[in-house]
Amino acid sequence: MAKEKMTGAQALLRCLEAEDVEYVFGVPGGAILPVYDALFEATHREGAKLKHVLVRHEQVGAHAAEGYALATGKVGVCFATSGPGATNLVTGIADAYMDSVPLVAITGNVPQTLIGTDAFQEADITGITTPITKHNWLVTDVEDLPRIVKEAFFLARSGRPGPVLVDIPKDVQNAVFEFEYPETVNIPGYMPAPKEPPRLAEAATLIRSATRPIVYLGGGVRTSGSYAEVLAFVELVGAPVVTTVHGKGVFPETHPRCLGMFGMHGSRYANYAVQDSDLIIALGARFDDRVTGKLAAFAPEAKVVHLDVDPAEISKLVTATVPLVGDLKALLPKLHAEVQKTFEARGRPDLAPWLARVDAWREKHPLRYVQEPDGPILPQKAIEVIYERTRGKAVVTTGVGEHQMFAAQWYKSDYPRQFITSGGAGTMGYCLPSAIGAQLGRPGELVIGIDGDGSFQMTLQDLATAVELELPIKIFVLNNLFLGMVRQWQELFYENRFSATPLKDCPDLVKLAEAYGCLGLRARKLEELEPVVEQALAHQGGPVIVDIRVRRQEKVFPMVPAGAPLNDMIGGE
Amino acid sequence: MERIEEKQSYSLHTISLLVQNLPGVLSRIAGLFSRRGYNIVSLTVGPTEREDYSRMTIVVRLSSMTVEQVVRQVQKLVPVVEVRELKPQDLVERELMLVKIKTPEKNHSELRALAETYEASIVDVSPDALIVEATGNAGKLDALEDRLKGYGIQEICRSGRIALERGFKTLAPPNLK
Repeated sequence: MAKEKMTGAQALLRCLEAEDVEYVFGVPGGAILPVYDALFEATHREGAKLKHVLVRHEQVGAHAAEGYALATGKVGVCFATSGPGATNLVTGIADAYMDSVPLVAITGNVPQTLIGTDAFQEADITGITTPITKHNWLVTDVEDLPRIVKEAFFLARSGRPGPVLVDIPKDVQNAVFEFEYPETVNIPGYMPAPKEPPRLAEAATLIRSATRPIVYLGGGVRTSGSYAEVLAFVELVGAPVVTTVHGKGVFPETHPRCLGMFGMHGSRYANYAVQDSDLIIALGARFDDRVTGKLAAFAPEAKVVHLDVDPAEISKLVTATVPLVGDLKALLPKLHAEVQKTFEARGRPDLAPWLARVDAWREKHPLRYVQEPDGPILPQKAIEVIYERTRGKAVVTTGVGEHQMFAAQWYKSDYPRQFITSGGAGTMGYCLPSAIGAQLGRPGELVIGIDGDGSFQMTLQDLATAVELELPIKIFVLNNLFLGMVRQWQELFYENRFSATPLKDCPDLVKLAEAYGCLGLRARKLEELEPVVEQALAHQGGPVIVDIRVRRQEKVFPMVPAGAPLNDMIGGE
Repeated sequence: MERIEEKQSYSLHTISLLVQNLPGVLSRIAGLFSRRGYNIVSLTVGPTEREDYSRMTIVVRLSSMTVEQVVRQVQKLVPVVEVRELKPQDLVERELMLVKIKTPEKNHSELRALAETYEASIVDVSPDALIVEATGNAGKLDALEDRLKGYGIQEICRSGRIALERGFKTLAPPNLK
């Protein structure tokens, strides 16, 4: 590429174009004005591919970029100005860090002459985001900018993906230099090759010897896109499958071997199966406390084969009997071949008694609810109706709370990148922003949000963004007039002292939708539920907000109380 | 099977790091230790044979289970080129100590003899105070410190440990290997 004279701001946009960025989500401000000025030209010129989405709050920009990234597998990008603009990104960046979402956040900063002087809208955003990014940079010389942006995209998407932040002082944005985008990156010591070859034979021997194996799938399967490899491996091994919330859809949830999500709100049968297993084959998962329950009592008889791209996840919480460090897509076929070889030499293990036992649990303790025909709508019922009416094919985003767990339990996901949620960080307000990002990333597809009334109110101002873009997203708010998950804990563990959890019936979501210029619908009674869902799905054009009034104190069961062993569940017998 | 819930017995571990000499690298590394709850006993950082790289020696009080975890977490930091735990039997470690002692001149010759025993030297003398400089491993410096207590220690400054691995193995910048 020939060198070309331009400003840092123009160069930044050229870098984004070189990285095939389609959408940038952001809010302008004083310290990022040069970038926005260059953006005017870059997005308006003939044949421009780069588009900017003006969000109403930077946190939404970060979550929308996450939703885009999770729906497409590409890197999400967001912009913010210095100071409060940058700090508003922090929750979104932390969320992306916890869930390994590839995100590049670009912030403007005050000119370098003012850095460190407590200047107007100054914040040490690289200092603030150091613990929640894979890496970040303060660009002090415009000559470094192309290399840094190249490294930023490389780091965000490679290995275990995650967020990075590039902070660009205003004088660097304005500085003129000879731009050239590097073709390669050189980061010594990044992702060093494992010192020993993978212990595949040992893993295969464990798999051959196990009589009660289980395959545990996490978000790493989604990241690596190794769906076909996982399916083939599970069919070879013949073990039942459990997933985390981020593993939903990486293996068809309606497959007979799939027990769905396990953990705090997993099914009884999934939790019993994990707890009683003698071998856990963990693929791209990290043994989070929300899935293991009390760690010391977790799957006491199970040996562990742990395959993950991040060596720091190995034996962090549960000691791996055989660790396998590497990219799932490359390593799993090798394990597959090794297991096949072992099975050919020594025969297959007889898993029939184990599978029968698992099936018996499934039959005895299915996920269930009882919807009274005259009673209030149950949230589970609402999600089942949505599931049926969308034929299980919608891309679903959620907020955080009871509705999220109901959605995880009842919206079975058969397709990868179909269930987009905030898992590790548990960020309320995630639903609408991630739906915006997901819909932009997958324009032809049906994108729905399942949200709660508490969660929805944390980011609802960005209905304006969805309306402006005429996004056909449907947000179903399971409205119980509570901060429901906290209320559930208060019911179960704090003797019904509903401290700060009841929500006033305000705002009127139908009127709110109308105020934003979108369709607002409401279902109060069971007979209204299906017609309203139908109407929402049939609506053409912009967003729809559906206020579904659900039973106020319906709880998510089963539930593993915090600190209890995984098989010690409340409810859902 | 082992589930890592209870922390095992703690001891001192020496971790050697080769890092890119970039702004903020010290705070990135120190921050990782504090936010993951690892106790730093001492941390030193200094230039190496190449100006774009620094070497750090960090002594931590940890269980051996956790120390592997620390090494893997530290390795993930982008400016960290290489990191390794140096086992006690495989390392040469040194620390520098300066001790200011307030003591009448009549004690000076006695102190001089004591310093000599520990291969330490007296680097500043005024009528009622002097400064002893000593290098060695932590055990030796602890012993000297103990002996000096009786003379009225005013100030102690210890550098924290630096360490290199014995033999030919190195943590060297990539193109120097």
